[in-house]
Amino acid sequence: MEEALNFQVIIDNLTYFMIGRYPNGPLGGLGLTMYLAVVSCVLSFFGGLILGLLSLSRHAIIRHPVNLIINAVRGIPLLMVIFWMYFLLPAMMGKTVPEATTVIMGLTIFTSAYMSQIVRAGIQGIPKGQTEAAISTGLKPWQAMLYIILPQGLRNMIPSFVNQFVSLIKDTSLAFIVGVSELTHVGTQINNRTMAYPTEIFIFIAGVYFVLCFAFTSFSRWLEGRLTWRKSI
Amino acid sequence: MLKYNFDWSIVTSGKYFEWLVSGLKVTLELSVVGIVCAFILGLLIAVLRMSHFRPVRWIATAYLEFFRNTPLLVQIFFWYFGSYKVLPTVVNDWLNSTNFEFAAAAIALTIYTSAFIAEDIRSGILSIPKEQMEAARSAGFSYLRSMQYIILPQAVRITVPPLVNQFLNLAKNSSLAMSIGVMELTYQARQVESYTFKGFEAFTAATVVYLVLSVIITALMDLYNKKVLNPHRA
Repeated sequence: MEEALNFQVIIDNLTYFMIGRYPNGPLGGLGLTMYLAVVSCVLSFFGGLILGLLSLSRHAIIRHPVNLIINAVRGIPLLMVIFWMYFLLPAMMGKTVPEATTVIMGLTIFTSAYMSQIVRAGIQGIPKGQTEAAISTGLKPWQAMLYIILPQGLRNMIPSFVNQFVSLIKDTSLAFIVGVSELTHVGTQINNRTMAYPTEIFIFIAGVYFVLCFAFTSFSRWLEGRLTWRKSI
Repeated sequence: MLKYNFDWSIVTSGKYFEWLVSGLKVTLELSVVGIVCAFILGLLIAVLRMSHFRPVRWIATAYLEFFRNTPLLVQIFFWYFGSYKVLPTVVNDWLNSTNFEFAAAAIALTIYTSAFIAEDIRSGILSIPKEQMEAARSAGFSYLRSMQYIILPQAVRITVPPLVNQFLNLAKNSSLAMSIGVMELTYQARQVESYTFKGFEAFTAATVVYLVLSVIITALMDLYNKKVLNPHRA
């Protein structure tokens, strides 16, 4: 059945799509999507940094368990991680945990594992001579890492971090499954309420994600080009 | 947590074990159907993206960027809830006559994955030195035949590892199909949890299955790297 598309439903619900019931109620829609993505991104940056450094440790007793955890998380679907959080967090904390916190924890653990690989590759991309030179000037290994290697490595990692942020924006849509009212959830809500416009609603939502993600993807490409250019001179 | 009584027997035998096995079967079906279709579609997009005709290149690039930069879940919802308005009646009738949940999930997974595969194939093709194409062309092969006999066989060989990676991603991504009621592994794990309240056992079982799947495939890929890509390296 081919029907003409009618986007009036989008215009009628535009504020709900963008910010949910805010400021009269909790933040929702695109606003909540961005909130989830930004908070998880900041947390998983530090998570990834710590895991990445530990996975390069000189001590096998640290390195191997950390690598095992990283690979285990990378081997299971994000949805599974979120269900684990949904199920384990209340049991561990001894009280109910808000759904948004559950999702942020799930996203953070999942993304930290991927970020750690970026950190690892970034550090390994710095020539070994740098560490040797730093240590022979009298710095301790951890100082060489902190003051010499990381600042250079982190700069090279920026484009990959931005790409990871794009994945995070897309991944926040999974918050729908545990009932967090971010953009995708708002879309299904409006779809359930209006019934007649699923095509219009999901095309619009896909469009919103696309504009957001494509902007960051392009930004990351631009950064990458700039970094390569700076290295070449 | 401390008073929890573990009962692993529910996930190692009996009805709930069968649920999980049937879930694994659906996950594998989705993944295999998805990877085969996504490979064919991805190959097509990759070739179009290297076309010398600019509009074709633009369309292929737009396809790629659009499907890579939107969440898979939204794409699944689009195909499941919204596609009937834009698809021709014949296609709708055919889709409704099949297992529609499965078909919608398979279409979404195929299209999403094809966009990633297209880029893997393209970088595979670009890694073949340009001289090979020039040599093939001057030996009298047409552009398409040079692609078919000279460039693609080599490109596909080095594209296998990233493709296997995409297969693993696809297998993991197929868990999202549960949101429209496809009874794959994650769906069944959740079913077992809600029927038995033994969430720990159910999720552990599903997690182990996913991990075993990825360990097996990663091991096969290592073998491929050793035997096929670097056969002469000790």
